[in-house]
Amino acid sequence: MKTYMRPMTGWWKRNPFYLWYMLREASCVVITLYALIMLVGLARLAEGEVRYEDWLERLSRPWAVAFHVLAFVLVAYHSWTWFRIMPKTLPRIPIPDAAIVAAGVGAIGVCSALLWWVT
Amino acid sequence: MKRSNKPIFWSLFGAGGMLSALIGPMLIFITGIAVPTGLMSRETMGYERMLALARNGFGKLAIFTLITLFLFHGLHRMYHSLHDLGVHVGPGLKGAFHGFAALGGLAAALLLILGF
Repeated sequence: MKTYMRPMTGWWKRNPFYLWYMLREASCVVITLYALIMLVGLARLAEGEVRYEDWLERLSRPWAVAFHVLAFVLVAYHSWTWFRIMPKTLPRIPIPDAAIVAAGVGAIGVCSALLWWVT
Repeated sequence: MKRSNKPIFWSLFGAGGMLSALIGPMLIFITGIAVPTGLMSRETMGYERMLALARNGFGKLAIFTLITLFLFHGLHRMYHSLHDLGVHVGPGLKGAFHGFAALGGLAAALLLILGF
């Protein structure tokens, strides 16, 4: 028996709210690709200096930099939404929503500064 | 009743989401933009330096955690986004996405243990 299936094409283009949702979901593609680029880098590192330097050199090609700029924008948006919805994803706690979001954004800042400092 | 495996995958998704939210943007900026364009010294990601990181116990743990959690986060979300795009997902596709993430994590672990 064939039942009715609601068509799903293009629904997310109909409302800006859905468009932002899909943009956030798109961050998963660049996060996956970034992890794979790092995995390849690890393999090149294990293969020796020549192979590793070749990998590093490829990262500076225009398309690679363009990918990382796109990845940076999408992942930064993911970061912001991750903490913006935190009051809803956390169990109910007696802390105001705004304070939870502010703490999250502060944590992004602290972790970014730490990472910058150790590199 | 059969136990659901959902909490396991959701935890991995959540941990990867948290890690990428906290350090993702800065990490991508350093490794993908600043060092390749020369904004930061190339030595930041120089061979000797990265080799030392991969040989260090804490470095190994950091690299493994980063690759595995980013993969689980990304692929888990991708699997659920397929539904939003109208692709009818079943256990087969779910296994494929989580399996791919697990394979990537396994590859990272083997490289870190045997490669350095």
